[in-house]
Amino acid sequence: MTASFPAAARELLRNAQLRRNVAHATDVIRHKRDRVVEEREDWQELRDAGSAIRQHVLENLDSYLLQFEEACSAAGGQVHWARDAAEANRIALAILSSREVREVIKIKSMTTEEIGLNAALEARGISAIETDLAELIVQLGHDVPSHIVVPALHKNRQQIRELFLREMGLDQLGDTAEDLTAAARAWLRRRFLTARAAISGANFLIAETGGVAIVESEGNGRMCLTLPPLLITIAGIEKVIPSFRDLEVFLQTLPRSATGERMNPYNSIWTGTTGADGPQEFHVILLDNGRSRILADSESRQTLKCIRCGACQNVCPVYRQTGGHAYGSVYGGPIGAILTPQLHNLEQGASLPYASSLCGACYEVCPVKIDIPEVLIHLRSEIVAREQHTIGGMLGPWNLGMQAAARIFASGERMETAQKLGRAIQRPFAGTSGTIESLPFLLSGWTQSRDLRPIPQESFRAWWARRGKEES
Amino acid sequence: MRISLFIACYNDTLFPDTGKAVVRVLERLGHTVDFNPAQTCCGQMHWNTGYTREAVPIIRHFLEVYREAEVICIPSSSCVAMIRDHYPKAAEESGDAKFAEEVESLLPRVFEFSELLVRYLRVEDAGAAFAHKVTYHASCHSLRSLGLGDIPLRLLRNVRGLELLPLDDVDRCCGFGGTFAIKNADVSSAMLEDKIESVLKSGAEVCTAVDNSCLLHLFGGLHRRRLPVRTAHLAEILACTSEGAGQ
Ligand code: SF4
Repeated sequence: MTASFPAAARELLRNAQLRRNVAHATDVIRHKRDRVVEEREDWQELRDAGSAIRQHVLENLDSYLLQFEEACSAAGGQVHWARDAAEANRIALAILSSREVREVIKIKSMTTEEIGLNAALEARGISAIETDLAELIVQLGHDVPSHIVVPALHKNRQQIRELFLREMGLDQLGDTAEDLTAAARAWLRRRFLTARAAISGANFLIAETGGVAIVESEGNGRMCLTLPPLLITIAGIEKVIPSFRDLEVFLQTLPRSATGERMNPYNSIWTGTTGADGPQEFHVILLDNGRSRILADSESRQTLKCIRCGACQNVCPVYRQTGGHAYGSVYGGPIGAILTPQLHNLEQGASLPYASSLCGACYEVCPVKIDIPEVLIHLRSEIVAREQHTIGGMLGPWNLGMQAAARIFASGERMETAQKLGRAIQRPFAGTSGTIESLPFLLSGWTQSRDLRPIPQESFRAWWARRGKEES
Repeated sequence: MRISLFIACYNDTLFPDTGKAVVRVLERLGHTVDFNPAQTCCGQMHWNTGYTREAVPIIRHFLEVYREAEVICIPSSSCVAMIRDHYPKAAEESGDAKFAEEVESLLPRVFEFSELLVRYLRVEDAGAAFAHKVTYHASCHSLRSLGLGDIPLRLLRNVRGLELLPLDDVDRCCGFGGTFAIKNADVSSAMLEDKIESVLKSGAEVCTAVDNSCLLHLFGGLHRRRLPVRTAHLAEILACTSEGAGQ
C-alpha cells in the first residue's frame, strides 16, 4: 500500500476515461442485479439466511475448518495451513518445485492477489498464467485488479483490443466482444493443453463433504480444475460453509449479486481426487493472513461474512468516482475499505475507513447483510483511539476540533456563546456575494469547490427566545 | 398536541428559517410547539467520525432534555438515523441499564418532520401553496435508514401550484457525508458535480430535501457555479401558503 486514499483518489479523478469506464460498467451490472433481485419475492429471506449461515460459521470456525480438513483428506486431498502470505506462498512453491512445474495456469483468485503469489512464483522461475479473461487482461497490461468480480472493469473494449494486439503479437483484431474473446480463447487454449499444474481460489469450502466450489462465467476455470494433473486451491479460512445444502442459498444470492445472473454459467464442485479423471493430486492451502484477528473482534467480525460478490462496489458512489485502484489493494470499494485496514491491523490503509460518506448503499445490497457503515464507524473509532494515544494525534486539528465541539454541545448556553463567536469569526471570510468562498486549514477542503452559507444574524434559538418575549 | 422540536445543531446555527417553518406548519395544523433551549446536538458528527467516546455525553444530554417529551419532531433525517441506529449501541456499550432503558423509551417518540406529518399526524396535505418547479433530493438516511419512501413526495404533491420534477439517480449520495466532505474533499466534490448535473437536468427552480446537510452541500456547489437553482428544506416549502411565505 502506498498513497493514502484521498491522495490516490485525487490522481485517479483526473483520469476521465477511467471514470467513464467505471461508471458505465458498474451501472450495467447494477441494473442487471436489480432486475434479477426484484423478481425474487423472498430476497430479504435469502439475505437473512445467508447472513445467518455465515455468522454461524464464524462463531464456530475452528470446528468447521477441522471438519473440512478431515473430509477433504478422506477424499484424497491434502490440507495445509498458512498463517500469513509468506507461508502460503512458500507452501505453494514447495509443491510446485518438487514436481518441477515451470508453468501454472490460474483461475481467478483474489486471494492469490492478496498474498502476491504471482510475483513469488516468478521470482522462482515459475510463470503463472491467468485464465479468467478479465484477470488475463489485467496481467497482460501489467496492471492490478480494480474490482473483485470484474478485475478489468476500468478498461473499455478499445483499450483491451490495443492491449491484445500488442501483448499477443497479433497483426489484426476486431473490437467486438466476440473478436476479443476469440483471441483470448486461442491464446489460452494452448496453455490449457500443456499446463501440468493449476492454482485456483474458492468460493466455498464445504465442511461436511470436504468439497470446494467455484462459480464462474467463462468455463476457463473448469479447464483449470479438470485438465492438469496437479491442482492447488488457496482459500481464506472464512470461506467455509457447514453443508452442501447451504449452497442452496448462496448459489442463488451470489450470481444475482455479482453479475446479475440467475445462475452462473459454470458451477464446479469437486471433492478430493477421483480415480483417473481430473487432477490426480489436490492440495488446499487455508490462509489466515490476519483473518483470525478480525474474527476476534466481535464488532468487525461480520466483515468475514463476505462472499466477494462485488455488489457493494457496484453501488458505491465513492468507488464510482475513483475505481478500485484508489483503495491500494485488490479489495476496493466498501468491502475493501473495511477489509484491507483490518488485514493489516490498521497499520496500513488507515485512511480507508474514512473513504465513505456512510450513505448505506452497500449495506442495502449486501447479500449477507454486512453492516458496512457500522464497521466503518467502528474502525474509525479505533483509529481515533490510537491517535489519541500519540502526542501528534492528541494535538492534531481533528482531535482539538472535536474536543472543543464536544464541550460546546454540553449545554445550550455554551452553544449560544459558540454561535455568537462563530458569527464574529466568519466576518473576515465573507465574500462579495455574501457567502464564504475561501476558508483556511481543514475547512479549505470544503471551499475548494463549494461556497459556504454564512451564519445568519439570528440563530433559531435566539429567534425562539425573542418570539417568547414578544408574545408575553 | 404538544410537539417538542429538536432543531438540530446545524439548523439552529445555519438554517433558522427551517426551524421557523417547522413551527409555522405545526402551529397551522393546530399543534403546540415546544422548544427546550437546553438542547444541543444528537452526537452524530462525533459518532460518525470515530469520536464515539466523546459522543456519549452528548447522547446522554439529549436523553436528559427529552425525557418528558411526548413526541419529538426533528427536521433532519440524519439525526433521526443517528438516534435510531446508534443510540442503542452506545447504551449497550456503556453497560448502564438505565441508559439503555432511556434509549428504549426515547425511540418510539422520535420522528423526522415529514414522517411525523404523514405517519403520525396523518397529514398529507399541509395546506401549502408554492408555485414553482421543484425537484426532491432523497437523502441517504431518509431513504435507507428511515425508509421514508415517498412520504416527502406525497406532501409535495399536495402543495398548490407546485410542479414536482423527477431527479435522475435520486438514490445516489450527494457526497456530503459530514466530515467526509472535508477529509475526502476531491471525491466529495466529484460526487456533488454529478448530483448538480442531475438537478440541472431536472429543470427545477428549487431543489428540496428533508436534510439541510445535503442542501448545504448542494447550495455550496450551485452557488460556486453561480447557478440559479435555489435550495429549500421541505418544511420551508410546506410553510408557504397562498397568503404568502411568511415567517
Ligand atoms: S461486503 Fe457484501 S456486497 Fe460487498 S462483496 Fe462482500 S458480500 Fe458482496
